[in-house]
Amino acid sequence: MKYLCLVYLDEKRLDELPDEDCVAYDTAIRASGHCIASEALESVQTATTVRLRDGKVSVTDGPFAETKEQLAGFYMIEARDLNEAIQVAAKIPPARVGSIEVRPIRPIRETVAQAEERQRRPGMG
Amino acid sequence: MNDNAIERTREMVEAVYRAESRRVLATLIRLLGDFDLAEEALHDAFRAALEQWPRDGVPANPRAWLVSAGRFKAIDGIRRRARFDALDDVAEQVEALAAEAPEQDKDSVEDDRLRLIFTCCHPALSPDAQVALTLREVCGLTTEEIAHAFLTPAPTLAQRIVRAKAKIRDARIPYQVPGHAELAERLDAVLRVIYLVFNEGYAASSGASLTRSDLSGEAIRLGWLLVELLPEPEAMGLLALMLLHESRRAARASPTGDLILLEDQDRSLWNREQIAEGLALVERALSSRRFGPYALQGAIAAVHGEAESAAATDWAQIAGLYDVLARVEPSPVVELNRAVAVAMRDGPEAGLRLIDAILARGELADYRLAHAARADLCRRLGRAAEARAAYQRALALTKSEPERRFLERRLAELKN
Repeated sequence: MKYLCLVYLDEKRLDELPDEDCVAYDTAIRASGHCIASEALESVQTATTVRLRDGKVSVTDGPFAETKEQLAGFYMIEARDLNEAIQVAAKIPPARVGSIEVRPIRPIRETVAQAEERQRRPGMG
Repeated sequence: MNDNAIERTREMVEAVYRAESRRVLATLIRLLGDFDLAEEALHDAFRAALEQWPRDGVPANPRAWLVSAGRFKAIDGIRRRARFDALDDVAEQVEALAAEAPEQDKDSVEDDRLRLIFTCCHPALSPDAQVALTLREVCGLTTEEIAHAFLTPAPTLAQRIVRAKAKIRDARIPYQVPGHAELAERLDAVLRVIYLVFNEGYAASSGASLTRSDLSGEAIRLGWLLVELLPEPEAMGLLALMLLHESRRAARASPTGDLILLEDQDRSLWNREQIAEGLALVERALSSRRFGPYALQGAIAAVHGEAESAAATDWAQIAGLYDVLARVEPSPVVELNRAVAVAMRDGPEAGLRLIDAILARGELADYRLAHAARADLCRRLGRAAEARAAYQRALALTKSEPERRFLERRLAELKN
């Protein structure tokens, strides 16, 4: 059986949680064989909501914020930029009746790796 | 160089700043791929110009000089930071940036301005942010000026701009003019931003504040820029609509700030130059046969603009244009305006029947202008009691001070 674990938190409290801890856990859970895919997301401020109504794409700033609709699935996509991501999102069938929230992935592993790299080379200031 | 010559060069730098800073910024954003980096580079470039031009003379092509100065300053800055960070990818990025020969021919520079407009008006940004960013980056207004014009605290507005830029960067909103398939929809968003800026300045113009009429002026400048860069019929239509409305500014309000209806305006106060520009644009837009709601609204404003008096207005043509507009963009407000035109063409009774039908559907029950229009037609028909009730309903719904005074005046006239 596969399960999707969704992470919710108050973004203001993100500072209490070092990226290093998350990446360390990520490395461990991947090694354990439990983890199929995992990513951190950019801030909710970067969210864009895409809908398709009467064949027309509607794009609005901000996260999906309708309490009477429920999370039904996810697609992780590769796209050149937000415009291409919007084009792809608009073709996801539920965009016709629901909403697709498009959020960029935050490159948390790269950020942590770069920080470690910097620490390893203290002489290069 | 003597002091006089230095002073003249300084004035020259300032003149170049006014004329070229937005173009230089638009190109720097493309070359550097980042709004903040480009703004910093723009200021560095002008600082360098202030130092070097008095000494070395003004370059033959100041804009190209500023773009390359800004670009080199930015690359230097990134190099310094890259050394500090000792990061290979930053170093690679900066070397790629340095190796690229920047295109600076006329077409690519004009494309940059269009890229900037479309990026600032991207639908993934909130409408508020689109307006603020456009006024800041495309028009070059300061944050304080925009905040003042929109009656918003400056820190709130500054925050809005910072967030919008962060979203452009983090969500990777591309710096490009949309392709053919998306152009119509994306152009709509740009036109909406420009019209919003215009209305913000126009609707409030009965007040004493000059800053708000400056907003209308800014919207018209944006309209001209867009028509120059992208001569689409709807862009011409919006510009015509704005010019034709703006042409009546001096006649719209009495010296005491009271509202003067179109039919009562002193038409000798209308700005003939703006009317002529508006008429020419409407003609160009309509002859394209690809016009939409803005060109149609421009055409309606043009018919008013051409009429020497309210009585001489070609109401049949206006009603006909509203028929087309109602088909292109159906809305109860368009229907209401059409009803008013029909009343002028066929008499108040015909108009009143249409308005009552709209109100019966309940759609405009809380729209003050629907009740004000109904009141006016009842007044013309001598149905005083009905007119009074409708004026009172409009009065209860209005939030505008000049409108309130106007409606009260009409009520008082009916009592006599």
